[in-house]
Amino acid sequence: MTSAVADGIGTPSPRRRSKLVLRNTLLGWSFILPNFIGFALITLVPVVSLFYVSLTDYNVFGKGEFIGFENFQKLVADPLFHRSFINTLYFAVLHVPLTIVVSLGLALLLNTKLRGVAFFRTAAFFPYITSIVAIALVWNLLFSPDFGPINQFLRFLGIENPPGWLTSQDWAMPAIVIISTWRDMGYYMILFLAGLQTVPRELYEAARVDGANALQRFWNVTLPGIRPTMFLVTVLLTIASLKIFDLIIVLSPGGTQAPNQATVVLSQFIYQKGFIESKFGYASAGAVALFLVCIIATVVQFLINKKRSA
Amino acid sequence: MAVTELVVVPSTPSDDPGPGPRVDRSTRPASRLGRVVGSILLVAFALALLVPFFWMVLSSFKNPNEVFSVPVRLWPETWHWEHYVELWTDTGMATWLRNTIFLSTVVTFLQVLTGSFAAYGFAKVRFPGRDVLFLLYLGTIAVPWQSYMIPQYIMLAQFRLTNTLLAIIVLQAFGAFGVFLMKQYFESIPEELSEAARIDGLNEYSIWARIMLPLSTPALASLALLTFVNTWNDYLGPLLYLRSKENWTVQLGLKNFVANNLEADYAMLFTGLTISVIPIAVIFLLGQRFFVEGIATSGLKG
Repeated sequence: MTSAVADGIGTPSPRRRSKLVLRNTLLGWSFILPNFIGFALITLVPVVSLFYVSLTDYNVFGKGEFIGFENFQKLVADPLFHRSFINTLYFAVLHVPLTIVVSLGLALLLNTKLRGVAFFRTAAFFPYITSIVAIALVWNLLFSPDFGPINQFLRFLGIENPPGWLTSQDWAMPAIVIISTWRDMGYYMILFLAGLQTVPRELYEAARVDGANALQRFWNVTLPGIRPTMFLVTVLLTIASLKIFDLIIVLSPGGTQAPNQATVVLSQFIYQKGFIESKFGYASAGAVALFLVCIIATVVQFLINKKRSA
Repeated sequence: MAVTELVVVPSTPSDDPGPGPRVDRSTRPASRLGRVVGSILLVAFALALLVPFFWMVLSSFKNPNEVFSVPVRLWPETWHWEHYVELWTDTGMATWLRNTIFLSTVVTFLQVLTGSFAAYGFAKVRFPGRDVLFLLYLGTIAVPWQSYMIPQYIMLAQFRLTNTLLAIIVLQAFGAFGVFLMKQYFESIPEELSEAARIDGLNEYSIWARIMLPLSTPALASLALLTFVNTWNDYLGPLLYLRSKENWTVQLGLKNFVANNLEADYAMLFTGLTISVIPIAVIFLLGQRFFVEGIATSGLKG
């Protein structure tokens, strides 16, 4: 602000001021434009045109006819869409709280002065930088029902009939939640760690003097102190969970490995209808559903956060 | 948006003051117990995190039918190095690696360049509509890519970019993330520095190049690392756009190992997995400091 006013002597005349605004506008846009052109073309235009495509019968061969809400009517009656919608919510409902608890626990542990904490911080981050394809393939074999190391270990512990994991209708989704949490916890741990370090140490000392035990200090000092971080993590995790794709498509291509489409999710539905069956218009209707679910989840979380901080 | 609420927090190991004179908890019996429990938990965590990687690397040296032995054996009976040679000569691994390195490098360069350039406009120049525009950038974070990948594909197909490496470059190079991260960092650099430079006759572009960029090395490095890793690991983008085998990335090649062979050679698969992870692991270990700091400051990308 100072830089803008400093050019004028005393109070700038309106003409001088508007010239200055124009100069700054051109200057600002000249910086932003190289990125903005790419951003607008690759992100903004497709986001906006999504809604139009969802109202057409667009396919790979060319222009689609405008057909109104026909795609959406079909969508409401499509059992595969129902399955993927429910599965997506099921995944998010398991994955979001589990990842929050595990990564917050890990962050609390790594926020102490234990020996070797630096090494563990690096180790915790390792799965996150590994590609989902590699992780999915390794865990697919770890989870393999008969000879996989995990079930061998479970049998060793005395569990006679360990689950078939990814080949079982009931256990496929929990297995994917486990893998996904394993991968993500390092990332969210870092966010929590950053949040924990903004909580003033004096508050802990004060609570200690007042005789609060560790659990009370956690509830009354730590949790309120990291509320902004908690909000951020919840929002990011929810969006990430609702759009899950890579892990599932590699583990269970076409939703076939587990019986009864037990792992098919919304992104997979969009991919299947759009890129396998070439129904771009219909797939876009599914994409609008994913879009709306994400926006609604974000807005709801935003409102809850605002209400609590008020 | 709450994203901006996270400020720069040093969370790297070297910033720890160490077991200084602050609070000596070890004298209290309760916390000695806590220490033991904490250490056990840490070791358990580390094992859960790292054992799959050990298993992957060690399996790449095993005889194919030794991978699934009952009872499970971690260490190979005899070491088979030849998988690495075979993978290199008999599959497209060398081409896929070259494509992946090319894509990751170009995308990283563009992302850092255009991102930091735009960030200067957002952080240091005031003009009407700036904040609304930035909000538009931020808002796209709540929109998952999977929801607009179809209109995007239709558009890029009209530009005849499908099945070209250029498609992936265009797709990844102009993300909002770089702009956001760099804006946060630029805003922490005091305005007085730019003022002094202006008095010395530098224009805004020179201030960006000669003052802002040199002062932002940590942010630039963390952005570069994050972008590189994300492009390297991307699966869905290449899956949609790169149809012919000579355009594939490492991730597509790996997936193909399993998809095409019903009787997959698992030792070979593990060799491919190991090769795909090693470059990124080395880069991560080298830049680990910035990486962690960059994510802690921005909290973005997911």
